[in-house]
Amino acid sequence: MMTVTDLDCLRGQRCVLKGVSFSLDAGDCLILRGPNGAGKTTLLRTLAGLSPSPEGRLSAPPEAIVYTGHLDAVKPQLSVRENLAFWQGIYQNAPKDTLTRFDLDELAERPAATLSAGQKRRLGLARLHVSGRMIWLLDEPTTALDADHVARFTAILTDHCSSGGIAIISTHLDLDLPRAQTLNVADFAAPTGNGSTTSDDPFLQGSY
Amino acid sequence: MLALCRRDILLAVRSGGGFGLALAFFLILVMFVPFGVGPDRAVLARIAPGILWIGALLACLLSLDRVFQLDAEDGTLEALATSPIPLTGLVSAKAAAHWITTGLPLTLASAPLGYLLGLPAEGYIWLVTSLAVGTVSLSFIGTFGAAITVGIKRGGLLLSLLVLPLYIPTLILGAQVVTRAVSGQNPVASLALLGGLTLLTLALIPIAAAMALRANLR
Amino acid sequence: MSLWEYANPVKFMALSGRILPFATVLSAALLLTGLIWGFFFTADDFKQGSTVKIIFLHVPAALMAINIWLMMLVASLVWLVRRHHVSALAARAAAPIGITMTLIALFTGAIWGKPMWGTYWAWDPRLTSFMILFVFYLGYLALWQAVEDDDTAADLTSILCMVGSVFALLSRYAVNLWNQGLHQGATLTATKESPIDGSYYYPLLVCIVGFITLFVTLVLLRTRMHIRLRRSRAVLAREASR
Repeated sequence: MMTVTDLDCLRGQRCVLKGVSFSLDAGDCLILRGPNGAGKTTLLRTLAGLSPSPEGRLSAPPEAIVYTGHLDAVKPQLSVRENLAFWQGIYQNAPKDTLTRFDLDELAERPAATLSAGQKRRLGLARLHVSGRMIWLLDEPTTALDADHVARFTAILTDHCSSGGIAIISTHLDLDLPRAQTLNVADFAAPTGNGSTTSDDPFLQGSY
Repeated sequence: MLALCRRDILLAVRSGGGFGLALAFFLILVMFVPFGVGPDRAVLARIAPGILWIGALLACLLSLDRVFQLDAEDGTLEALATSPIPLTGLVSAKAAAHWITTGLPLTLASAPLGYLLGLPAEGYIWLVTSLAVGTVSLSFIGTFGAAITVGIKRGGLLLSLLVLPLYIPTLILGAQVVTRAVSGQNPVASLALLGGLTLLTLALIPIAAAMALRANLR
Repeated sequence: MSLWEYANPVKFMALSGRILPFATVLSAALLLTGLIWGFFFTADDFKQGSTVKIIFLHVPAALMAINIWLMMLVASLVWLVRRHHVSALAARAAAPIGITMTLIALFTGAIWGKPMWGTYWAWDPRLTSFMILFVFYLGYLALWQAVEDDDTAADLTSILCMVGSVFALLSRYAVNLWNQGLHQGATLTATKESPIDGSYYYPLLVCIVGFITLFVTLVLLRTRMHIRLRRSRAVLAREASR
């Protein structure tokens, strides 16, 4: 359902990942591992279509993908319900149980400005559910979440996968996802040009 | 897209910077003109079309740097870029919201301010019409400038430097409509050109601004 | 072997390095010939006296001011479509030359305008258009300065150059509607019979060609500088990431 073949990923002008390949079926969950700066965020942004990729193929259409980054995309001037209503308008999709799933019922009328970091995170993640899309790209989704809500979110993930969805998650936490596969991003690190004569950067080639 | 436009208007109203700020700026600017050139009604009436147009144009600039900046800072822009809305649609919705929160109130306020400056009676309808048509293009051009400078910290000043030269044709044609009307010439041709210019910006700017956003999101 | 190969920095550096000495000598020779011929070996105009001779600076500078923007537009489009780095850097290299030419045209025009029209400046469509062009150059240069990432800066300035060209053209015609001017029509036209006397025509042509070769020399020099800057930044980044 989602196949990535020989994908190169750029951060700025530098190629950080080379030849990333994996394939996921409906219901699969992939956890990205790797030290800081290995390129987990870069890979997710490339998959989401935000960063360009000079080389490689991604089989999933962009209409199937939803991405959440480090930021929550929450408007402090709007209430929780209004924030959700906005994304429902954008995705033209209004599932009824979003508030309950993300434990936001009691916060519904609160202005988002008064939410704690963890509550804001939950509101940010609720956008995934509103989008109704099958492939979730998650960059450190559990930041600021307490243990209780990490478990709750893991349940949502399991639920999403068991209903045929796909999730690609970059995380340092051990999420309780028994069926999840793991991809070590560092395996695809692009050579930094140490001693090699051919470089991707045209400005590093030749001598003048 | 309607949802985005509605939310932007709501945000502008909630954060208080929307309708009020540009209008207050416009009023102050118009008030300053008699201070600068003296209270002579004849002189004021002569320069009124130009002053009103320049005032509206500068007031339009004020809120431009917020068009994309706030959304970029809290991650909404990335989320929107991967949403079902195409980037050109995003730009158009943003520009439309900007026009409703600044261009439209400025247009409506221009008539009473025109009276303060002693604009001749035959000028009002043309002043309001030309601003209604012209501010649309000002909002769209401004949104393009905002899309270019979204990644630049404190890009407000640069934004003005980029956008103001692009405003020249709109200003010339818009002010000309009013000037011709009050001097007894036929303003229809100028208004038609202004309308054509606005249509051109409507067609061209969303594409260019979407390209700029794409480059800035990388 | 295609022209696009020279879009590679290595190839471009090699080729431009070979061209540069010739271009330098040629532009110096042409400019010296043209200007000396124009200033000292042509008769004074019976109406305008010797002031008319500023034409040998004014006309070529004005021509270059517009054509350099056109060259930047073409280079920007090449960058946007084919993503050749040298193209983007050439556009960047040309802009300061273009703005200088615009200033030269404005200043020599002012010096010429004083004895002719009795004023250094008038809000004439042509003069105003050049002032507008000057502001467009300013914005373009400021944007290059402000954006940190090189490729993003190239993208954004190219888009600005494209949109700016459309609006600069619109401004040009809007300004014509706004005020009828003092400035005479174009001195040199390809189709009509030239209104200018032969004794002025030839030195003027030499000056124009001289300005073009001067521009080629400068733009090659500056593009090479920008390529070297990019290279040193890339090398520093590579060393830092080791």
